[in-house]
Amino acid sequence: MKNMFRQIFHSPKFVAGFVIFVIILLTMWLYPLINPGNPLEMIGVGTFARPGTYFSLYDAVDAPTETLRLSDADDKRIDASMSMEDRVAMVAWFEQAGVDVGDLDITDTDALLDLWRANYDSSTRLPGMTNAKRNYYKRLDRSIQSMQGADKYSVMHKDADSGEMVERSTINKTDYVNVAQVVNVKTLPLGTDNFGRDVLKELVSATKTSIVIGLIAGIVATLIGLTLGLLAGYVGGITDDIIMFITNIFTVIPSFVLLILISYSIGQEQRGASVVAIVIGLTSWTWTARSVRSQVISLRNRDHVNLSKLSGHSLVRIILTDILPYIASYVVMAFILQVSSGILAEAQLSLLGLGPKTTEVPTLGLMMNWAMLYSAHTNGSWWAYFPVILTITLISFSLNLMNTGLDQVFNPTLRD
Amino acid sequence: MSEIRERKDYSNGPLCLSGRGVTKVFGLGDNRTVAVDHVDFDFHEGEFVSIVGESGSGKTTLSKMLLGLMTPTEGEILFEGKPRDISTGKKRKEYWKGIQAIFQDPFASYNVFHKIDSVLLDCIHLRGGKNLSKKQKVEMMTEACSFVNLKFSELTNKYPFELSGGQMQRLMIARIFLLKPRILLADEPTSMVDACSRATILDMLFELRRETGMTIIFITHDIGLAYYVSDTVYIMEHGRFVESGKADDVILTPQAPYTKRLISDVPKIHEVWDLSTVDLLKEDA
Repeated sequence: MKNMFRQIFHSPKFVAGFVIFVIILLTMWLYPLINPGNPLEMIGVGTFARPGTYFSLYDAVDAPTETLRLSDADDKRIDASMSMEDRVAMVAWFEQAGVDVGDLDITDTDALLDLWRANYDSSTRLPGMTNAKRNYYKRLDRSIQSMQGADKYSVMHKDADSGEMVERSTINKTDYVNVAQVVNVKTLPLGTDNFGRDVLKELVSATKTSIVIGLIAGIVATLIGLTLGLLAGYVGGITDDIIMFITNIFTVIPSFVLLILISYSIGQEQRGASVVAIVIGLTSWTWTARSVRSQVISLRNRDHVNLSKLSGHSLVRIILTDILPYIASYVVMAFILQVSSGILAEAQLSLLGLGPKTTEVPTLGLMMNWAMLYSAHTNGSWWAYFPVILTITLISFSLNLMNTGLDQVFNPTLRD
Repeated sequence: MSEIRERKDYSNGPLCLSGRGVTKVFGLGDNRTVAVDHVDFDFHEGEFVSIVGESGSGKTTLSKMLLGLMTPTEGEILFEGKPRDISTGKKRKEYWKGIQAIFQDPFASYNVFHKIDSVLLDCIHLRGGKNLSKKQKVEMMTEACSFVNLKFSELTNKYPFELSGGQMQRLMIARIFLLKPRILLADEPTSMVDACSRATILDMLFELRRETGMTIIFITHDIGLAYYVSDTVYIMEHGRFVESGKADDVILTPQAPYTKRLISDVPKIHEVWDLSTVDLLKEDA
C-alpha cells in the first residue's frame, strides 16, 4: 500500500494534476477566511464594474484632504491633462487663423497656452470650418480656462427641515485625498458581475459548490455503476442479461437529453445543488457499469476466485475481497473522471438555465449563465466569464491529469 | 520410490465419485462447442487417478464440473454413490469439505491482497476450527507448513507473491493438508514449476495419500508422468474418454490410436539417456 502511494506520487502527471487540484481546494478553503461574507451580496451599483480599486465618493468627501503646495504642481496637472490630439488641434487652428507659430514646440505647454490665450477668440469664424469643429474648439477653450482657474467646488446637501441646499464643504482644485484614509475602499481583482457582486468571491464560492456537485454526482454514478457492474459480471446468467438490458437502454438514450428532461420536470423550486448533483449521477453511471462488468468477467474465472469458492466463502465476501480489490484502482480512475464530467454536466445544464435554483448558491455554470444572459461576452466584460471558464478548465484538466497518471501507474503497458 | 510403482487394484473398492453421461456445451448455434461429451467414470476411494489429454481436450472443464464450479449441461455426477446435490450454498460448503483442488498456476491461485496466514486460517475455519485458541491455530499452521518443508515463522505476515512458484505450490499442498478432503483434484499442479520442485510436490501428494487415504484425481498432459504416479488412467480426446483402465494396461498395451500417439510423443521414455556429457563435466570438475 505504502509502496503503491510512493509509485503514484512518482508519476509526474499525477503530481502535476494533484498540485493544481490541491491549490484550487486550498483557495476554496482559505479565501473565504481572508474575505468573509455572503458571495451573493451586491456590493456595487450598476453592472460589470472593471477589475480595479473602488471607493465611495461620499466617503471620499468626508476624508481629510491634503493640499498640494508644490510650485509647479498646477503646471504639471495641466501638462498631464492636455492630450496630444488637443495640442495638434490647437496648432491646426493657429495655422488656419494665420497665426505665426514660428518654431513652437507642442510639448511646451506654457508657450502653447500663451499663444492660445493671445489669439483664440470663440467668435472668429474661420473659412471652411464646420460647426462641429468650431464647437470642439469652444469646448477645448473652456476646459483650458477651467484647468487654469483657482475656483472651488461646493458639496451641498439638502436640509431635511427647510428643504434648502446647505453647503457642506468645499473642495479646492489642489485638494487630494489619501485613498488609505477613505473608509470603504474595495479592491475587486475580477470586478463585479451584472448584479454588482464581487466576481472573485462569487467564483471561489461557485468552485466549491461545483466541486461538491461533481463529488456527489461521481459518488452516485460510481456506486450505481459499480454495484450493477459487479453483480452483472460476477453472477452472470439471467441477472447479467437483465442488468445489461437496462444499462444498454440508458446508454442508447443520450444522457444529456435525459438530464435536461429530468431537470426540467423537477422544476426550478425543487432544484437545489444536491438534487442537480444526484440527477447528474443518476444519468451517468452506464459506462462505469459496463467497464466494471467486463473487468469482473475476466476476473471471475481466475483461480484465486475458484479457490475462494472452494474455501466456502459467500458471494458477497468473494465480490468484496477477491474481486473488488483487483479492480479498485480502475474504479478510482473511473470515479475521478465521473467527478470531472459531473462538474462539466452541471455547467452545461446551468448554461441552459436548468441548473440549481439561482437564489441560494452560485455555481460555475450559473455564473456563466448570468454572464450570458447579461451579454458579458458582447459588451467586453471578460472578467465575468473568462475566469469561470478558466476555473472549469483547470479543474477538469487537473482531474484528467491525475487520471492519466494513475493509469500509467496501474497499467503496466503504459509505463515508460 | 519403489513402493509408488506397486499399484493396487481399487476397482472393487467403494466408489467416491462417478459420472454418467457428463456433458458440457458452451455457446449456441455456430459457436456451439462441446467441451466434454458424455463421459462416464468411476473413481474409487484411495485411488490415484490420472486424466490425460492434450490442450483443449476438456480436462479442465471436467475438473471444474467435478469441483462443482460449473454445472454440467447434461448427465449426473454421483458423490459416494448418491447423486450430488450442491443446489444451496450450505450444501456446496459441505461438498467442498470433501473435495478440494490444487490449480495449475500458483501465481494466479492466491489473492494478492491477502497474507499467507489468512489463506491457512480460512482452511481451519472451513474445518470448523473457528473457535480454537490462537495458539492452537498457529500450531496447526506450523504443522501444515512443516509437512511441506516450509517454516511458518518465516511465512507469517508475508504476501504470497513474495514466495517462489515452488513454495506457493507447496503452500497449496499445506492448505490441502489442513483441510484433509477425501478427494483432491490436482489440475496440472507441476506444469508451472521446475523439475526439482516437481518431484518434491509429487512426493508430497503421495505422502498425503498415505497419511489420509484420500483419492487423488491428477490432471495432466504428460502421459509419462501419469504412468509414473497413477493407479488408473483415463485418456481424454476432444471431450471423450477414448481409453481407460489400469495404468499398466493402458500405457503398456495401448488400444486407441490417440493413446499410441500420446505415448510416442513422450520424448525418449523407452530409451537410455546419453549421459556421456554429464561424465565429461564431472571430469572437468
